[in-house]
This record gives sequence, C-alpha cells and structure tokens, in this order.
Amino acid sequence: METIIQTTGLSRDYMVGAQVVHALRDLDLKIKRGEFVAIMGPSGSGKSTCMHLLGCLDTPSSGSYELDGEDISGIGSDGLASVRQRKVGFVFQAFNLLPGMSAQRNVEMPLMYGAIERESRRKRASEALDAVGLSDRAHHLPTQLSGGQMQRVAIARAIVNRPSLLLADEPTGALDTTTGQEIMNLFRDLNDQGITVILVTHEQEVANFAQRILEFRDGRLTSDRNQQNILGTQHL
Amino acid sequence: MKFSDTLWSAFSSLRSNILRTVLTTLGIIIGVSAVIAMVGVGAGAEQRIQDVMDTLGSNVIFVNNGSSVSSGARGGAGSLISLTEEDARALQEEGDSILVAAPTIRTSAQVINSSRNWFSTIYGAGTGYLEARGWEIVSGRTFTAQEERSPTKFAIIGQTVATQLFPEEDPIGQMIRIKRVPFMVIGLLGEKGETPWGGDQDDVVFIPITTAKTRITGGDRFRGPFVQSITVQASSAAAVMEAERQITEILQRRHGIKPGQPDDFTVRNIAQMVAARAQSERIMSILLASVAGISLLVGGIGIMNIMLVSVTERTREIGLRMAVGARSKDILFQFVFEAVVVSLIGGLIGIIIGLAGSIAVARIGDWPIVASPMAALLSIVFAALVGIFFGYYPAYKASRLDPITALRQE
Repeated sequence: METIIQTTGLSRDYMVGAQVVHALRDLDLKIKRGEFVAIMGPSGSGKSTCMHLLGCLDTPSSGSYELDGEDISGIGSDGLASVRQRKVGFVFQAFNLLPGMSAQRNVEMPLMYGAIERESRRKRASEALDAVGLSDRAHHLPTQLSGGQMQRVAIARAIVNRPSLLLADEPTGALDTTTGQEIMNLFRDLNDQGITVILVTHEQEVANFAQRILEFRDGRLTSDRNQQNILGTQHL
Repeated sequence: MKFSDTLWSAFSSLRSNILRTVLTTLGIIIGVSAVIAMVGVGAGAEQRIQDVMDTLGSNVIFVNNGSSVSSGARGGAGSLISLTEEDARALQEEGDSILVAAPTIRTSAQVINSSRNWFSTIYGAGTGYLEARGWEIVSGRTFTAQEERSPTKFAIIGQTVATQLFPEEDPIGQMIRIKRVPFMVIGLLGEKGETPWGGDQDDVVFIPITTAKTRITGGDRFRGPFVQSITVQASSAAAVMEAERQITEILQRRHGIKPGQPDDFTVRNIAQMVAARAQSERIMSILLASVAGISLLVGGIGIMNIMLVSVTERTREIGLRMAVGARSKDILFQFVFEAVVVSLIGGLIGIIIGLAGSIAVARIGDWPIVASPMAALLSIVFAALVGIFFGYYPAYKASRLDPITALRQE
C-alpha cells in the first residue's frame, strides 16, 4: 500500500529556560494509507509532540516529514495551515465545538478556510453529519447535545474536508465507557472506509482498536508492533 | 477565507454576546451622535443667522453719533451729536461703495387713532432707509422726494402697529395721531419678524425726517441739521468693508478729526452684531466636537479593551480555527472585522440618535433642520477607522497565537 507518512530523523527540541528539552528524538516512521495507528506513552514521552508534528501544527527542529507526497519541512506557517486545511482532520478530547453555532455550522467551518462555496459546503457538512449518524441534530447548538453527540459532531468536522489523515487526541477521555466505545466504533468504521487514523491515548483498551501500536518513552519510539488480532476490542 | 464568510463569522460571534456588543458600541454611539448633532446644530444655526441677516437688510451699516467727553467724564453712546443730514448726503454722493445713506431719527411715542392707541417706535426716516433695510411696502405707497423734504404729515406703518390700531379695517387713508399731530397713513410695510436680540421689527411708524424734527422731537436734541444716525447700504456684501472705510474717511474729513483723535461717530455693520451671536453657537459646536472626539477615543479604547478580553476568552476557538486550516491572516481579518462591525453598528445607531437630537435642538432653537449626508458618511467612515485602529492590536495578538498553546488553554 501507498505510504502516507514518512519521517526521517524527525526531532523537536524546546528551550525551557536555559535548558534544552528533547521532546522528540530521531523519529523514523512510515505509515501506510488506511492504517489505524495508536500512539501510547506516559505523559512527557513525546507522544503529543509527535502528534503535533504529524498534524502539521508544529515544525520540527530537524529531520524531514512527508505527508501524502508533500514535503512539510520549512513551508512556513501559512503553508502548514493550508496543509492542515486540505489533508488533516483533528479530534480533541474536549470536542472544541464553537458554542454559538449549530452542529451544521461547526462542521462547515473548516470548509470556509478552503474558500468552498456555500452550497457545496452545506452539502458536504450534511454528508459528514450523516456519516457520524447525526443528520437529525444538524441544527442543534452544541449545548443541546450530549457528550457523545458533541464528539460525533467534532468527528464530522474532522472528516468534512476529506483528509488524508485523521488525528484524534484522547477522543474518549471526556466520555463514559459506553459512549467511548461507540465513538471508537465510529473511528473503526471510518477507518474501514479507508481513512488513515492516528489515535493518541494512554488507555490500552482504546489502543486495542488500532492495528498498530507505537509506544514512546523519553522522546523516543520504543515499540512499534502490529496486532493482527483485534478480538479484544469486541469485549471492551 | 472569503470576505462574506469572514463577515458572517464576525456577526455570529458578536451575536453570541449581545450585551457585551452593545456596551462596546456605546462609546461609538455617543461619539457619532455628537458629531451628527454638532454638524446639524451648527448648520441650522448658521442658516438662521443668514435668515436673520436677510431680514435686517443685507449689507447694512449703522453710523451713530459718538460719545462726548467733558472734564474726563464720558457721556456714552450718542451723547455727542455730530451727524447731520448734510453728512448723509455727502456719504451717498462721495462714497462709491455706498448705495444709500439715509439720515434717521428715532423716538418713541403713543400712536392714537379714534378708539385705540399703541406705544410704538417712531422713525423719522425716508424711502432711503426703507431701501437700505430691504423693507417693502405691501400696500399703499412710500414718500415722494418732495414729501420727504417738507414737513408733510404722512405716515407708513408696520404690521404690528396696523393690527393694534386697525384690527379690522384697511389702514391706508386712515388718520393717526402722534403727540397730538395728525398723520395720514399712506403705506403698510411687509412683515419682518424679530431681530436676533428679540425686538419686534414690525412695531414701527415711519414719518418724514423733517416732520419728525419739527413736530415730534421738536425742541430736543436733534435740532437744525443734526440727526440721530445714518443708515448706509453698501453696494454689495463684498463692499461692506470698503464702505465702512469710506464712511470713516469722509466723516473724519467733514468733522475735522485729526489722526490720533477719537472719532465723534461710530460705525457698525449687521455682520458684527450677528457675529457675537454666531460666536456662542460656535462655542457650542466646539464643545460638541470635543465631546465627539473624546467619546470616539474612549469608544475606541473600549473596543480595544473588549477585543483583548475576547481574544483571551476565545483562545481555544482561535487554536481550533488554526487547527482546521485558518491562516494568521484569516484570524487577523476575523477580529478586525468584528471590531469594525461593532463600530459600524455604533456609527449607524449614533447617526440616528444624532439626527433625532439635532431635530430636537432645531425645534427648541426654532431654526431650520439641516441634515448633512456628508457628515453621516464621514462619521461612518471615521467609526470604521476607529474600529480598524483599535481592533488591530487585539486581532494581531490573536493571529500570532501558537495553535498548540492556544488549544491547550483552559
């Protein structure tokens, strides 16, 4: 299968006071289109930094990163914004829906930054809401939705621009177990439809939904394993 | 991001906090309404001053007797009688910027017809004076040159005198008595209204100056050739200054006043008399202008303040927008737009309030309502500029946020 993510010697250093913190060191990673990858590790392990770099929210201190055939290194903040707009969808723990807008408008928002016409924006937002099973809630405000529904709206917003890569940062962290499982099932469905999913979590049960688990410790990738059998997920 | 989408985003976030939006616009509302009221009141007052000057007679200059000085005691205006009918004639003949120079005597007396009486101002003055003041005869006729020179007992009356003495009949041809002297009314003057200082310009009776001197004021101060004042009409508005100069020059020569000596007459024009009035309205305009300036400044600072709070509050929103593809520029525009939309809303409300205010002031001050589309346009543009100026810094701050930090914000 086609490689969608390729990093070579990807590193990210921060200055904390006068001290250099190596948040991520020498990451060589290859992810193929259609994979479902979980990134795990304790806090401070570098998993968030890795997600920010892969999601084009941050620029590496050294190394190179190619996303879907596009070289990301040194393209500047507007270039990164454009890549995010076209190729990345984000799902956050806290949903991050805008409170004053209906579900439909929230989902449409990423398309506005792609300067897409209103008519086609509406159509695509409806399709995305349909894909997460919320077409009947399109005109509700976030405050009128349950936690699980809000996360579904957030997922619809993440897939509305037909991204190459869907990044989820602890997407079930704010949800109860049952709702969390529904959300994870939704991610698996989307993955079955061919969307590449990268999931950051510290919960093994959540990670078990993925086919491949990457573990980080002290800024380094320490384990990269495929789990062929995802039976365990059935009994979560 | 497209323009319409930016605008829509700005509107929807302003709508989500209406009270704050209204409070933010308040400064702009006050500033713009003050500007509109200022322009409206100023223009209305000016219009009225123009109207008043028109009724007083255009290009009129008053020449009065000066003051006497006796053993160091100064006698006050008109205490030194030096002007003569001969002076008036000389002014009219020699001053080429002078159209008419009419000698005048003014006194007050009881005016009586058979059954009614009325205390009025009596002018010993002729057709020249009526011309200079732009007074029209609406009924009957004016004095002939012959009638003016001889002590004929003819009178021309103003509207107020006519209504008081002849409420029901035509005054022309009727007899009136002034100080027991009978006069025949030969003319009726058109209505002039009030002077800016509140006098009734229609409460007048005109009789030939010769008659006034011999029969009415006889024996008092204006004996022989002396007159109380000379009313001059300059040949045009532009010639008023030149006419004043000529009057001073001719009278100084005729009265033998040497350079450095005080004049024994005074020269004033209507423009000067109205200027004092205009001054007070100008002060009001300046006052309103400073209110406008200060409130626009305070309003702008208010916008900046609220926008800074808003940027802090909405850090997560900004982070999210960046995560889904907003460039710094998009965030900058969105927040500048919000500031501009707030100021424009304030500007529009301000225009409405300002117009209402100037209409109210015009009613109270009894002057014409003058609405200026130019002022409205300018204040809208200015409000938008205030929005851009004071909204830029908060918007810039928002656009410089790091998406990762912004998303982590609680």
